[in-house]
Amino acid sequence: MGKTFAEKVLGKKAGKDVVAGEIVEIVPDFAMSHDNTAAIAKTFEKIGVAQLYDPNLHVIILDHAAPAPNAKFAENHKEIREFVRKHGIPNFFDINRGICHQVMVEEGFALPGLVVVGSDSHSTTYGAVGAFGTGIGRSEMAVIMATGRIWLRVPETMKIVVQGTPPEGVSAKDIMLKIIGDLGADAATYMAVEFTGETIERMTLASRMVLSNMAVEMGAKIGYIPPDDTTLEYVRPRARKEFEVIHSDPDATYAETHTFDVSDLEPQVACPHTVDNVKPISEVKGTKIHQVFFGSCTNARLEDFEVVAKALKGRRVHPDVRMLVFPASQQVYLEALKKGYLQTILEAGAIVMNANCGPCMGNHAGIPASGEVSLSTSNRNFRGRQGNVEAEVYLCSPLTAAASAIAGEIADFRDVL
Amino acid sequence: MELIRGKVWKYGDDVNTDVIFPGKYTYTVTDPEEMAAHALEDLDPDFAKNMKPGDIVVAGKNFGCGSSREQAAFALKYAGVGAVVAKSFARLYFRNAINAGLPVIQAPEAVDAIEPGEVIEIDLEKGELRCKAGTFRFPPLPDAVLGIFQAGGLIPYTRKRLGIEG
Ligand code: SF4
Repeated sequence: MGKTFAEKVLGKKAGKDVVAGEIVEIVPDFAMSHDNTAAIAKTFEKIGVAQLYDPNLHVIILDHAAPAPNAKFAENHKEIREFVRKHGIPNFFDINRGICHQVMVEEGFALPGLVVVGSDSHSTTYGAVGAFGTGIGRSEMAVIMATGRIWLRVPETMKIVVQGTPPEGVSAKDIMLKIIGDLGADAATYMAVEFTGETIERMTLASRMVLSNMAVEMGAKIGYIPPDDTTLEYVRPRARKEFEVIHSDPDATYAETHTFDVSDLEPQVACPHTVDNVKPISEVKGTKIHQVFFGSCTNARLEDFEVVAKALKGRRVHPDVRMLVFPASQQVYLEALKKGYLQTILEAGAIVMNANCGPCMGNHAGIPASGEVSLSTSNRNFRGRQGNVEAEVYLCSPLTAAASAIAGEIADFRDVL
Repeated sequence: MELIRGKVWKYGDDVNTDVIFPGKYTYTVTDPEEMAAHALEDLDPDFAKNMKPGDIVVAGKNFGCGSSREQAAFALKYAGVGAVVAKSFARLYFRNAINAGLPVIQAPEAVDAIEPGEVIEIDLEKGELRCKAGTFRFPPLPDAVLGIFQAGGLIPYTRKRLGIEG
């Protein structure tokens, strides 16, 4: 009987034949942690091992509150830098590099067929390049530091097939919001999700990352996209390790299959306070907004900047709206600068910040006030997510965000541009 | 492993990590006793005050959804909760609970049958749950995971494996 990607990767790592439901203990290829590394280091020290099992296994990226907004975060960063130095961790990226998940892909740590874990739930992003990328807890990361090992349950797989060419301007984000809205926030709990179909085959790598990133919003363990030429062209020049492209067998067993046709898809918006509270733009347009957050590991890559810059060209951000822009990485920042996107965005009246998580999880740099509405290109809109339980967060695509920033209310870009 | 026996505190679907252990405490409250005092605070303010060690939390689907915060598992563990029985668990909560040494049992039919306030019994090794309505079976935990429980959680388990004493 054929095997799924998840079964094949974990079987290869465990050195035996495995099927869904089994538990394996493996050594991951890479293990990512961010600003939470200080807390993890404390647990590691409690275990009582003097040295890391393998310093090369770890990738540490400071991004969640960068630069440090207060003394507490500053201490936290300091502890991490000391820990990195003490243990000789070579793969350390300080606050001048970008958002962890973006950096993992750009720097060639996330690669086809590798198991890459992160102490962050959006580690599913690495599935976009065909890696087994998944989130783990802090204690588990501490144990990886001590022993190199982690237990994982071999997941069942849900296949999501996407077909059709979406109308112009309707993007991967709209597609993913539609999928989550239809299937629900717990639809894929414990499961590997595999995205296939002609629409995904035609997507850029940056767009595929949107799907994999948000797979965890359906409860998924991974958000795998079968690698193809698009993937290989991207990963080959930057690979940090040998990798092997692994595909599901044609006769693999899937727990569920869902098919979406996006030919007539409208722009989609996730309304407060759950990611699966998704409505088509026609039902929410006109909602007054106070802040637009264009950023996060979901949607702040170069192609997103291109779309936003084109929309803002020769136009102004509405006087009642603050538009905050955070490139996903320093590389994206530089490219957007060279291409003139940042100038256009600045001329429109937006504020461009450094590459980091920004207000995505409410740490700093643009917390909405009580009663305010924040329209965001990020991935979560739980109550209080952006740092204020009295604020409302809506999620949308970069194009919808730009059009709405101009209009001063949630808008259909087809009406504004 | 000993039997788990305790009174049932029953709740509904989608009990999220924010109501199990409020986000506002995640950076400030780290003392186990204090963490225990906030367990389930935003869902049932009486829980932490009135529960007895060994009591069992029973809930619907998607227990522990939301954040990956481990404290949501540790708070229940520190409060002395004997086990959580649910129709299903969010993935990261399930992992965090095992790693905290908090037994988590997925038994959808049992959840429908169990009545609030009754005393139930769970045999982890056999995979059996006994309540007034009868005996329900659940898949016994795999050896790898059972070992973590028996040691009292992932950190003590790791120390034991590495031969570090105390
Ligand atoms: S951008 Fe938001 S979702 Fe992404 S890693 Fe940062 S805080 Fe998490």
